[in-house]
This record gives sequence, C-alpha cells and structure tokens, in this order.
Amino acid sequence: MRFFVQELVNGLTTGSLYALIALGYSMVYGVLKLLNFAQGDLYMLGAFVGYFVIQWFGGPMALTIPVPLLLLFMFLLAGGGVGALGVVIERFAYRPLRDAPRIAPLITALGVSFFLENSAQLLFGAQTRVYNTPDFISLSNGIHIGPLDIDIVRIMVIVLSVVLMIGLTLIVNRTRLGRQMRAVAADREAAEMLGINVDYTIAMTFFLGSALAGVAGVMAGLAFNQVTTLMGFVAGLKAFTAAVVGGIGSIPGAMLGGLLIGLAESFATGYISSTYTNLIVFGILIAVMLVRPTGLLGRAPLQKV
Amino acid sequence: VSVEPEKPSANEESPEPFVTVESQDPSIGVDEWVARSTQRREHGPGLRGTVQQLSGRVGWWPRLAIAALAGAAVPLLTVNDFQLQIGINALLLAMLALGLNISVGWAGLLDLGYIAFYGFGAYGFALLSSDQLSTSGVHLAAAVSIPIVLVAAACLGLLVGLPSRRLSGDYLAIITLFFGEAFVEFTNNVAPSKLGGPNGITAIDPVHGFGAQITTNRGYFYLLLILLVATMAVLHLLDTSRTGRAWRAVREDSLAAGMMTIPVNRVKLMAFSFGAVVAALAGTVFAAQQINVFPTDFDTPFLILIYAALILGGAGSIGGAVLGGLIISVTLDGFLRSPAESGYIFYGLILLTLVVKLRPWRRLGAVLAGTVAFGFAMNWIVGAISPAAVAGGPQSSGWIADVVRDWVIVPANPTTAGNVGFVALICLLIALVQVKGRWRTLLLVPTLYLAVCVWEARLVAEPSITRQILIGAILIVMMNARPQGLLGSRRVEVV
Repeated sequence: MRFFVQELVNGLTTGSLYALIALGYSMVYGVLKLLNFAQGDLYMLGAFVGYFVIQWFGGPMALTIPVPLLLLFMFLLAGGGVGALGVVIERFAYRPLRDAPRIAPLITALGVSFFLENSAQLLFGAQTRVYNTPDFISLSNGIHIGPLDIDIVRIMVIVLSVVLMIGLTLIVNRTRLGRQMRAVAADREAAEMLGINVDYTIAMTFFLGSALAGVAGVMAGLAFNQVTTLMGFVAGLKAFTAAVVGGIGSIPGAMLGGLLIGLAESFATGYISSTYTNLIVFGILIAVMLVRPTGLLGRAPLQKV
Repeated sequence: VSVEPEKPSANEESPEPFVTVESQDPSIGVDEWVARSTQRREHGPGLRGTVQQLSGRVGWWPRLAIAALAGAAVPLLTVNDFQLQIGINALLLAMLALGLNISVGWAGLLDLGYIAFYGFGAYGFALLSSDQLSTSGVHLAAAVSIPIVLVAAACLGLLVGLPSRRLSGDYLAIITLFFGEAFVEFTNNVAPSKLGGPNGITAIDPVHGFGAQITTNRGYFYLLLILLVATMAVLHLLDTSRTGRAWRAVREDSLAAGMMTIPVNRVKLMAFSFGAVVAALAGTVFAAQQINVFPTDFDTPFLILIYAALILGGAGSIGGAVLGGLIISVTLDGFLRSPAESGYIFYGLILLTLVVKLRPWRRLGAVLAGTVAFGFAMNWIVGAISPAAVAGGPQSSGWIADVVRDWVIVPANPTTAGNVGFVALICLLIALVQVKGRWRTLLLVPTLYLAVCVWEARLVAEPSITRQILIGAILIVMMNARPQGLLGSRRVEVV
C-alpha cells in the first residue's frame, strides 16, 4: 500500500509536468496545426533558467533572499523568458511558413528543436547541473501519515500544476484572448475577416504554451534535482505522447493524457521493470492511436473538400 | 550603365505594402505564373542560359553515367584511408537520403522512424554474420544475408506503414517517430545476450561471398558507389513509372487521387516499403564496413542529419537527395572535424553566400571592405580600453588563423565571451532578417565580424556541437528561404 501511494505520487508529479508541456503542444497545434517539436527544449531551457536564478542569489547553501521569493523569481523568469523565446521562434521560424505545405513547418520545428538543444549544449556544457533542492527546502516538511511521507516539493508541483491548468482553462474559456484563440483555431481566415489580430493571437498562444513549458522545467529541476541539456528531448517526447493520447488540440485532453502517461510510467517502473518503461509508454500511444486515431478526448476534424 | 544594377536595390528599399520582394516572380499557381510557363521553359540569357541549354540536352542516363565515373575516380585521387572513410560516409548518407526521398519527397508521408530501417538493416546483417545468435555463430555469405535482410525490411516497412492507412500528416509523423525511438529502446534493453544491449554487436564479418571478401575502405567505397548508382537507376525507373506518378498524386491530394481510382493505401505502403529496403541496404553495408553496430548509431540526431541532407538537396528529386547527402556529409562530417580545414568551410560558406546574395558587386565590395575596416577599428578600440579583452588568439590553426589574429577580438578566456557572443550573434541575425534595404547592408558588417569572432573564439573549439547547430540552422533556413532545396522543383499549389 505504501509503495503504491509513493508510486502514485511520483506518477502524479511527472504526470503533471508532462501535462504542462503537453498543454503547449496542444495549444499550438490548435491554432496552427503545427507540432512544435521545440516544446521539450523550451522545458529544458526553463530548467536552466531556474538553475541560474539559484546561482545568482548565492547558490543553494547560502541564499541571499527568502525561499518563497526565490521560487517566485524562478517561476516568473523561467515563464517569462521561455515564453518570450517561444514568441521569437514563432515569429522567425514558423510565421513565414504559415501557408506553406504542412510538411515544411514540421521539418522547421525539427530544426528548431535541434538548434536549441545544441545551442544549450554549447552555452551550458554537457555536464549535469544540480539544483540541490534539499539544501533550501527541507524535505521534512510535507505530509507524513504513518509510514507515508510525501515531500513538500512534490505537493507544490502537483498543486501549482493544477492551479496553472485551471488558470489556462479560464483564460481560454472566459477571456477575450481565449475567445480569439478559439476563433483562430476554428478557422484562421474567418477569424481574420472578423477583425481578430491573428498574428497577435498566435504569438500569445506561443507565449502561454512556452511559458508553461518553462515553469514545468523549473518544477522538474526542483523535484528531480538534475538538469541536463538532453532532458528536453525525452520529456518532450513523453509530453507529445500525452498530448496525442489525450487528443491533440484539446486542453483537457492534454491534462488527462499527461497524468495518464505519468502514472503509466511510474507504475511500469515500480511494478514491472525500469528497462521497459519507455517501450510501455510507446505501446500505450500506439494502442490508443490505432483504436482512437484522434486521441481520447479529441474530435475528428471535418475534412473540407 | 548605372540603371541596370540599381534596379534590385531600388526595389528593395521601397517596399510597397502589398508587393513582396520576390514580386518579379509571380507566386506559383496564379494566372500570371501559368502565363509565363513558356518563358520559363526557354533558356535564360548569357552564360547561365547556355549551360542550362547544354545540360538540358544531356539525358538522365548519360548524366548518371558521368556522375558514376566521377565518383569512381575519387579513390584514385586520394590515398588516405581517412578521406576514403569520409567518402564512404557521404555515399551512405546519400543512399539514406534517397530512401527517405521515396516516402517524404514523393509520397509526402512524413516518416520520422526512417532511421529504424537503417538500424534494422545493420542489426539484421550483424546477426546473420557474427557469433551473436548461437555459439558457433551464423556466418552467411553476403549474397544470402543481404537479400534476407532486405526482404525482412520490406515486410517491416509494410508493418510500420500500416498506420498510414488510417492516419495522415502529423499523426503519422508521431507514430513513426515512436517507432524509431522504440527501435533504439529495443536494441538497448531487450535481449542483451542476443542484441548486445548498449555494447552493441561487435566482430561482424565483412561482406563476403563467392570466395572473396571486401576488407579495405577502397573496396567498400566501390561497393557503395555501385549500390548507389544501381539504386538511383531503379528509383529513376520507379519515379517515371505508374507507381511514381501515383505517389505524387497521393502527395498532392490523396482524396482526389482516390477518386481517380489510385489505390491510395497500397501506394502509401509501397512507399514505406521501398524506403525501408533502401535504408536497410545502406545499413547492411554500414554494419559490414564498421565491423560493429551500437544502438546509438541509429538515434534521432542521425535522422535529423538525413532530413537536413534531403531538404538541402531538394525533396522529390533523385539528384537532389544524393547531392544533399554528399554535401552535408563531406562538409559537416569531413571538414568540420579537423580544426585546420573547418576554417575553409566556414569562411568559404560565408563568402559564397555573400557572393550569391549580395548584388551589385559594388555592394559586395563595400560590405567586405567595411567588415575588414570595422574589425581593425573594433580590435583597436577594445584593445585600447582593456588589453585583456584581445589577449587570446584564434582557437583555430592554419594560415587563416594567422591572418585574422590581429583582427578578431578573442579574450584570454574565450569560453564565456564566446557564449555571450553566440547569443548576441543570434540576436543580430534575427535583427538582420527584420530590417530591409540599406539598414540590412549596414547591419551585415557587424554581424559578419561577430560571426568570425564567435567562430574563432568558441565554435571552432567545439566542432561536434557546431556541426549539430549548423544542421538545425540548415533545416530552419532552407525551409524558410528555399523550401524546394538546391535541385528540387517548386511545388505547384493549386489555388
């Protein structure tokens, strides 16, 4: 029972991170019908931003500011910086290709991902950086019921992810921007004719999606401690699976998919074997795709002839 | 005299809101473009036109023969084993690009698991020609094992292609991407006693049969050349056949193709299968030549390299795929590896781009002279402010490094400064894309200078990372600037 709950918490932690990254995939796919392969690398960059913020304020052992303030800085800088980077990428790599054949922006996205990953490798080096979270957030805080202990970082990750998802849902469903995003997703040309600033809407979608990935990167750094330039690819791939399993383009689907993939991964590691984890995750993807090609919550697109 | 060269610059400097820079070329598919079709078919003026006309008279088969002969002459020029290895790598990449061209270029199916077929070929050959499967080992002759592997790869291609019956576009890309990942996971984790796990399979037999075996690099070069030329010939026949036309029809509009009684699903599966066979063929030779295979040989970075080759050469064209493979492999794999020769590639590429893109000649001269002057000025100013900032020399070696030694700014600790410079360079490049006309020419000078500084301070010291960054940049730039690649033809979009 104890093992089960630990695995459940682990699964929820990784699952909510995947869900946050997957939201970016899904939102961008919704408005542009583009798989932004760079999403995973934005997540990696977010983790590095968080790392450098810790170093900037004196390192994990000798922080010069209180921890809540540090966390706030990390999330704001990672979210804002990575979000801005997402806007720049959209502007220069994807916008010129908006009316090109579908395959062109996809290949560009591969190039952007590769470019970001290796630029990070050039700038930050190949070595693993460590957040050393236990040095400034004591692990003894948290929930301890009998033999169970769930540390505070994991609780924070899960709670913050849920808050962000709710916030995003509110933005998409209740605000003017969200209405514009949905309009652009439904029909870009028609939205343009109705006076919606399509370029601005798409840029904002990229900002939100990338910012979520950046925040997820910081949370991954806090929860798993280790940051490398290669972490983006695998996480991106998993998040991608999550988005597809949930139904790409659907926001609740991305959340559901992320949690599903996280739990599947965690339980597969715990109960079966860690060597087969990735194969199991891919197996789930292929099974879902073959049974429901549009994902769990996705709707089949109407084909206009 | 002065009117002729002024024309393009005047056009660039006064962009009207509804006319883009390429407005001399009407966008493809519109009435004007159709009206100019005869004009396009006629050869252009001057030397370029004559060359075009002459090359138009030579048929496809004589051209293939000339290319094959030129390829066969390469080993006669070099005696160095390392250079032959570069040649082998280049031929392998060309072959892989050819196979990828079938599904991506012709059938329009984005296959991101293509690399797994290459790995499958290599592992298949390795298992059939080593001690891996049983204690005494299986050591089949190449004439037996290669056909077995190819047939198996064709079946695997059919299997992987099955999702393409139901999925299209992005979903297909995902499934195939995961197939590629699953292959690496599989070879890494499943049955280490047979597949070797991360340690791979070692001690693979060379290609042998009929009492002879190929052990030298020269031998493999010729083997690959023969296979490549044969593949090109077969693919050309395929391209002009009914199947080839069906692929293109499916690529342009699968619904319409279906209406025209083309069996869309079967045609898609065929594309996957043919691509798999070509990749597996390359894989078998790779395994035999390398003597060992590892799961990491078939990871995503190499897939992206193949894509870069195909995109650079031009998806949809046989010559383009081969040319792209050769260029990418020789420049990025060959020259970039050695610090002395990588300078030629870097400076050569910059000069080539400038010569092609900057017209008229006066402007090119002005930019080059401006860059040189700007460099000396900056070097003097920075040196006067802080001598430590110019204390370091270029990280490269050779005569180019000696020439630019007193011109570039390389601080004593080039790593940090190089990193800052790299980020600044990206920002400058983005700004360069943004501005137009005179400002672009002006901004080009510091950009060029900074590029050289970053190159000498940082990039040349990290050749493998630089290579990957360049591959990513090639994909982005080619897709934005010239999606049809070097030799490809522009896709006609029906409006």
